[in-house]
Amino acid sequence: MMSTVKFWIASFVVSIAFLVLTRWLITNEYYFFAGYQVLQFIVLATAWNILGGYTGYTNFGTGAFFAVGAYSAVVLHKLTSLPVPVMMLVGGIMSGIIGFGMGYLTLRLKGVFFAIATLALAIVAQTLIVNWDYVGGSRGIYVIRPQHAPISGSYIQYLYSLMLALTWVSVAVARTIERSTLGLGFNAIRDDELAAEAGGVPTLRLKLIATTLSGALMGMSGAPLPYYVTYLDPASSFNLSYAVNSVAMPMIGGMTSWIGPIVGAVLLGTIQQLATVTISSALNLLIVGVLLILFVVIAPNGVVGLMQSRWRARIR
Amino acid sequence: MVGPILEVTGLGKRFGGFVALQNINVSVAPGERLGLIGPNGSGKSTLVNCLSGALHHDSGGIVFNGRRIDGMPAYQRTRLGLARSFQLPKPFRSLNLLDNLRIPLLYTVNARHGAHLSGAEIDERCRALLADVGLIDKARRLPRDLTQVEMRKLELARAVASAPRLLFADEAMAGLSPSEVEEILVVLFRLNEQGITIVLIEHIMRAVMSFSTRLVVLVAGQKIADGAPQEAIRNPEVERAYLGE
Amino acid sequence: MFSLDLAVNAIVAGLLLGGFYAAVTIGVTISFGMLDIVNIAHPAFIMLGSFVAYIVNSNFGLDPILIGVVMAPLFFLVGMGVYQVYYYAFERRGEESIQGLAFFFGLLFVGEVALILVFGVDYRFVEAPYIGPSLHFGFVDLPLRMLIPFLASLLMLAVLQVFLGRTFIGRAILAVSQDRLALQLMAANPSRVKQIAFGISIATASVAGALLIIIQPVEPSIGRDYIGRIFAICVLGGMTSFPGMLAGALLIGIVESITATFYGPSWAPAVAFGFLLLTLAWRPAGILGR
Repeated sequence: MMSTVKFWIASFVVSIAFLVLTRWLITNEYYFFAGYQVLQFIVLATAWNILGGYTGYTNFGTGAFFAVGAYSAVVLHKLTSLPVPVMMLVGGIMSGIIGFGMGYLTLRLKGVFFAIATLALAIVAQTLIVNWDYVGGSRGIYVIRPQHAPISGSYIQYLYSLMLALTWVSVAVARTIERSTLGLGFNAIRDDELAAEAGGVPTLRLKLIATTLSGALMGMSGAPLPYYVTYLDPASSFNLSYAVNSVAMPMIGGMTSWIGPIVGAVLLGTIQQLATVTISSALNLLIVGVLLILFVVIAPNGVVGLMQSRWRARIR
Repeated sequence: MVGPILEVTGLGKRFGGFVALQNINVSVAPGERLGLIGPNGSGKSTLVNCLSGALHHDSGGIVFNGRRIDGMPAYQRTRLGLARSFQLPKPFRSLNLLDNLRIPLLYTVNARHGAHLSGAEIDERCRALLADVGLIDKARRLPRDLTQVEMRKLELARAVASAPRLLFADEAMAGLSPSEVEEILVVLFRLNEQGITIVLIEHIMRAVMSFSTRLVVLVAGQKIADGAPQEAIRNPEVERAYLGE
Repeated sequence: MFSLDLAVNAIVAGLLLGGFYAAVTIGVTISFGMLDIVNIAHPAFIMLGSFVAYIVNSNFGLDPILIGVVMAPLFFLVGMGVYQVYYYAFERRGEESIQGLAFFFGLLFVGEVALILVFGVDYRFVEAPYIGPSLHFGFVDLPLRMLIPFLASLLMLAVLQVFLGRTFIGRAILAVSQDRLALQLMAANPSRVKQIAFGISIATASVAGALLIIIQPVEPSIGRDYIGRIFAICVLGGMTSFPGMLAGALLIGIVESITATFYGPSWAPAVAFGFLLLTLAWRPAGILGR
């Protein structure tokens, strides 16, 4: 059982090693394109899981938090020239505020209503952006990728490095929560909110923390998107596929630990990359949806859950 | 401590058109063993829910330890020392027994002014609590591995873990065999000896009569009797409520 | 610029639209309001209904509403099947919340993607003699393509209301929605009753889908706009009451129509959500479920 501090250091070391190795050995630009996507999904899945897996509140509006991060970056890009990490912070703050606001309005109600509200939130946020010409409205907006990256290598490699850094932070945060009093409180809320409240857990406050944190991380992962895609429009940035993926990855990977979202993201992310390249992108979304349904029905504890039961069975 | 530990005045609660509680006035003395009885649907659980904060009452006032607690969320009431156990045990299913008790220790005891138990102290207290109810052997097991009576004991242990001054034991013995009822009663007597005021909400008359120093009877949302157990049940209205209807 | 006939026409259009929204929501009133099953995939079934109507109408020329009614038994069976899976996977295990939601979400998503794969993203429409002409009363226009669905919707509501109130199965459904335990004591199997009720709720999607494609051309992602609307109306209407739901539907229809007329149609999806939030904020007692 590694202590929290050691985990932060160990995961940092692993991340740096991974970064150095990949940038040294791999010359094919496509790897960094695809890698960025998978890392982004790890962040989204991990962020989702803090509210969904740990606390038991399902969020279908990942698209909204993600896109708010992306569009915050667009606004900043148009106003001034800021380094991408700063944009990520701002994106995180904006999405965090939205998470807090939405939570404040709907978290006093049964979890089901929160979930429905998040679904509708995504649509409303999209409607607002579609009607906002400053960021391009429904026509979208072109963003010019800077010529030079602040560090050596191509700009895509730079974005990839940033996303790796964010992945490290998200995973470490998730694990820290898992082992902390806060995480225990989340767990109690998930298992039985009424009993948790009776046990002294300030349920509304904790739920707001989870929603804000989850939203903020999602927003941070969306901020570099404009530079990654160079053309941003509401239809793609609010795409329901973000919602489905951020639900499917933790569910398929396993919702009770920080490992689950990573497993799910790598698994599904890779499948989707392969499918997009070989078959078609619509079909790959179908695969994700079908896998989600299958896993939810047959193996609700995900891959990690399956591993754990097999391990437990072997001990007996 | 002078004055009642809990003072309820004019409490009312309705669900839409249905009046669940009407003008309830009850006073609980510190250290008392109060029995709360009444036919099904008389409002006992609603009363407990309103007093513990799980429900908002519509009218009236609740004063606990000299403080008005109307409108206070349930977790704050627990931190003030008002605990309740649930009629249908609601354990944290994915946590083992130790962690089940850790929650109230971390979030109630440790959240009070001046308290700061270390991880080791909390662990020790959890074990002590489990030992008190005879569950120490199953400390690392999950709630699903417990028998009915063990679940009830866990439920009580969890309420006690928050170091309350007043405990509502909501039908902690329903569906248990006579010897199991006895086990729970022993636990409750011991808790009372340690200084915890206990309000026992129960149907099992034998248990209520042997446990309570005072009896309050609810029928159809209203209090119809309040006094020494033997006198309260001889009240004609109480008889009618239990036998007549 | 505010003009009276524009406003009146907006209100009338809103009323007609609202009546249609009731047809769309009735299924969820049954599955969510009465059975406590959060079927957020309902819009997917409606879209399926629309596309089925499109296929049969474009190949055989049959009237869309007729198609919707004829296909309803098929949808009923599909609904029963879906409930069977839901029951086996979740209700039986008692783990209804997060996984059940994910299940229906997956269905919603798979439904939309499947339709895109088969039909593409082009708009589809049906042909019927009442699509096009309008009735005129003074300056008020009543497009038949909205009036007929409005009337059909009311008819469907009335039929369901009678069914629930007068037939044995209907009353069993009402009983289940109120007290599962009581029904078990009566020796009726609640899950069988729930299965039938859920089947009925999906059957309504067949008709609602047909009505939708009469009112406007349809493409697969339209279903998403309806999620907010459906649940807003269901909650607004008090979850289980048909008249309440109808009132809620009419209200949202009118407000959406006025918003679209005076502020532009791209704002319409936000209206329903605004209502949803307001409703959720205002009716905590009924919704907290305590």
